[in-house]
Amino acid sequence: MVEMRGISKRFPGVLANDRVDLDVASGSIHALLGENGAGKSTLMHILSGLYRPDSGTMKVEDRAVSFASPLHAIRAGVGMVHQHFMLVETQTVAENVVLGDRRLGFRMDPSAIRDTVADLGRESGLEIDPDALIWQLSVGERQRVEIVKMLHRGARLLILDEPTAVLTPPEADTLFDRMRGMARAGRTLLFISHKLNEVMELAETVTVMRQGRVVDTVPKAQVSHRELVRMMVGSPVLFDVTVPPVQQGRKLLSLRSLRVENDRGQTAVDNLSLELRQREILGVAGVAGNGQRELAEAITGLRKLQAGTIELDGFDVTGSNQRRMIDLGISWVPQDRQHTGTAPNLSIQENFDLKRYRSARRGPFLDRAGQSSRAAALLAKYRVAASGRLQPVRLLSGGNLQKIILARELSTELRVLVAESPTRGLDVGAIQTVHELLMEQRSRGVAILLLSEDLQEVLSLSDRVAVIHNGRIMGILPRARAEADTIGMLMAGVVPEDMAT
Amino acid sequence: MIAFLTAVLASGVRTGTSVLFATLGELFTERAGVLNLGVEGMMLMGAMTGFGVTWLTGNPWMGILAAMVVGGMMALLHAFVALVLRAEQVVSGLALTFLGSGLSAVLGSPLVEVRQVDRIPTWPVPFLSQIPVLGPILFDHNFLVYIGFLLVPLCWFWIYRTRQGLELRAIGENPAAADVQGIKVMRQRILYVAFGGVLAGLGGATLSLALTPTWVEGLISGQGWVAVGLVIFAGWDPIRAMFGSYLFGALRRLPIDLQNFARFRANPSLGYFTGMLPYLFTIVALLTVSIGDIGRRWGAPAALGRAYVREDRDA
Repeated sequence: MVEMRGISKRFPGVLANDRVDLDVASGSIHALLGENGAGKSTLMHILSGLYRPDSGTMKVEDRAVSFASPLHAIRAGVGMVHQHFMLVETQTVAENVVLGDRRLGFRMDPSAIRDTVADLGRESGLEIDPDALIWQLSVGERQRVEIVKMLHRGARLLILDEPTAVLTPPEADTLFDRMRGMARAGRTLLFISHKLNEVMELAETVTVMRQGRVVDTVPKAQVSHRELVRMMVGSPVLFDVTVPPVQQGRKLLSLRSLRVENDRGQTAVDNLSLELRQREILGVAGVAGNGQRELAEAITGLRKLQAGTIELDGFDVTGSNQRRMIDLGISWVPQDRQHTGTAPNLSIQENFDLKRYRSARRGPFLDRAGQSSRAAALLAKYRVAASGRLQPVRLLSGGNLQKIILARELSTELRVLVAESPTRGLDVGAIQTVHELLMEQRSRGVAILLLSEDLQEVLSLSDRVAVIHNGRIMGILPRARAEADTIGMLMAGVVPEDMAT
Repeated sequence: MIAFLTAVLASGVRTGTSVLFATLGELFTERAGVLNLGVEGMMLMGAMTGFGVTWLTGNPWMGILAAMVVGGMMALLHAFVALVLRAEQVVSGLALTFLGSGLSAVLGSPLVEVRQVDRIPTWPVPFLSQIPVLGPILFDHNFLVYIGFLLVPLCWFWIYRTRQGLELRAIGENPAAADVQGIKVMRQRILYVAFGGVLAGLGGATLSLALTPTWVEGLISGQGWVAVGLVIFAGWDPIRAMFGSYLFGALRRLPIDLQNFARFRANPSLGYFTGMLPYLFTIVALLTVSIGDIGRRWGAPAALGRAYVREDRDA
C-alpha cells in the first residue's frame, strides 16, 4: 500500500525524520511505535500531504506520489485523523464530513448531505448524528466524525495519530473493534502510538521509531513486549522509581468542597475535597480535561473559587491571590511549559528569578550580580544543557525547560508542590530526573499533588492515588490497593463493584 | 406622523446603502478569518475614484466600476501584508485607512472644485412605488439601492447554501481543518479580502455618486468604522447586516429630517446630539459584543485575525 524511502524532514533545530523507510501492506493494521518526539507524527504528516519532505520518495499503491497538499493525499486515498481533531466546532457533523468535497455541486442541499452522512455512518458502523454540532460532542464522538470524514473522501489508507490519547478505556476498546472491522473490509490502517499495550493488542506489524529514525519493522507475532521497549528506548531503562520509606507528617493542605468554573463558566471542579500531608505524593489520575487544570489553578490562586475552602497548615487561605500563595510556599509546575511555566524570550537567568526578584533586589533595582551567581549554581545543580545562563529559554528542549521550571520552583521555601503532567513529552532520561527530583522533595517534607494523565507515572510515584472524572474525585486508593484496571475504570467514571459502598 | 416616519425610513434605506455595501464586504473578509480595519480608507478611495472617473468619462457606471477595482486593489495590499507577509492584521488595516485618507485627499484635490457630475439615476419601480408607505420606502430609489436589495439574499445564499460558503465558514473558524480537507486556505482568504475591498469601494462610490454627489476630503466621515462595527452588531449575518445598515442610515438622516419640526429647529444643540447617535450606536454595539465571551456566542469566527501557516508546529 505504502512505500516510503529515505524520507528526511528538518525543522529549525531538529532533524525530525532522518532517512526513514516505511512499508505498509494493504489491508493490514500497522502500528508506528515510539516515544514522544521520535518523529512519528512528522512522518505521518508527510504521508498525508501536510508537510513536504526535504528529501525522499513515496509510493502509494505502487504509484510514485509527491503530495503538495493534503488534497493530493486525499485523492491518492490517504486520509489522516489528527491527534488534535481538525473539526469546525460551530458546524454540524454533516457539514464537517462533506467539507472540501468537490463532488458537491455549487448549491448545497442540507437534507441531502445529512442523509449521505447518516448512511455512511450506518454502513461503516460509526453511528453519528449528522445534525449535532461538533462542540456538543464528546471526544469519542468527535473522533468518529473524523473517521467518517475520511471514509467519505474515499480513504483506503487511514492514518490515526494517537487515537486513544483522549479516550477512556471503554471508548478505546470500541475504537479497536471498529478499526479491526475496517481492516477486514479491506482498508489499511496505520496508527501512531506510544502505548505498548495497545500496539500489542491491535497491530499486525509494528514499526518502531526512535529519534527520527526507524529502528525496525517487525511482525507482532515475532516480537515480545520487552523487545519492543528496548527498541523504543534504545537501552533498557528502569521504569521503576525507588520510593524511599518515609513517615508522613502533619496535614499540610486541605481542600474542602471546592467548586471551580472553567473559562466557559461551566463547573470544572465539583465539590472536591482532598487532603495532603507532609512527605506525601498524592497522585491525581484522570483523562485530560476533567478539571485538573482548573484544580491546579485554584490551589495556586489563579482561579476564583465558586465555593469551598483551602487550608494551608491549619490556616484558612481561601481567596488568596497567586502572590500570596507563592509567599506561603505553594510551588507550581504548570502543564504548559512554554507559556505558563516560563517567559519564552527572557533568559534562563531571568526565568530563574521570576519568583524572587521582589525580595532579592538592590534598592529599586534588580540584583543582576546575585541573579547570575544564583543562575550559575542552579544550572550546575540541575544539569541543564544550555549554552549559558543568558540564553533565551524558548531555545531549550522540553526536558531542559522543565528542569528550569523545577529549579525555580524547588529553590524557594516550598511546602506544597502542585505538579501538572510534569513529564509529558519528555524523553526517558528527563523523566527519570523529574521523578528523582519529586522524590527528593518528598523526603524533604514537601507535600506533592501530582496531576497526571500517565497512569504508569501516577502508580509508580504516588503514596495515594485519587481519580478525577468530570471534576469529581471518584475514589482515593492507597498505593498498595491502586491497581491499573480499577483506576482505569474510575477514570472512565465507573465505580467498580467492590469499591461501591 | 406617518409621513414623517415614511420619510425617515425611505431616506434610511437610501443613506444606509453605502454602509451596507461596505458592511457586507467586511463581513465576507471576517468570515474568512481576516480582519481588515482599512474599510474607511478603501471607501474614501472608492468615493474619490468613482467621482473622478465619472467626471472624466461622463458615465457614473464607469465611476462605480473604477471604484470597485480600486477598492479591490487596496484590499489586495492588505492581503499581501497581512496574509502573505503575516504582519499584524490590525496594524496593516489601520495603515490602509491612513493611506486611503491621505491618498484620496491628495489625488482628489482637483475634484473638490467640480460641482456637478452625472449621478446614478433614480428609478421609481412602476406600480410598486405607488403603494402607500411601502412604495416610497422600498421602491423609489436609485439603482444602487436595488442592487443592495439583491446582494443581501445572494450573500446569505452564498454563505449558508453553497459549497463555497461552507468552505468560507470553515476557513474562518478552523483553517487547519479546512486545509487538511484539501481547501486552499490562503488563496480563498486573499480572494475574500479582495472581494471585501471591491464592496467597500462600491460603498464609497455610492456616497459620492448617489447620495451626496460631490467629493470633499474625508467624505466618508467614519462610515467605514461604522461598517466594521455593524459586522459585529450583525453577528456576521448578511440579513442582520442589512437591517443594521438601514437603521444606521435612518439615524444618520434624522437630524435633517427633524428640521421639519419647529421645536427641533428652536434648539440647535439637539442637532449635534442626533448627529452623534449613529456613532454612539456603533460604540455601544462594539462594547456589548466585546464584553466577556458574548462575542464568541454572538458568532465571531474563531480564527478571526489569526494567520495560518501549515508547517507551524503546535499551531
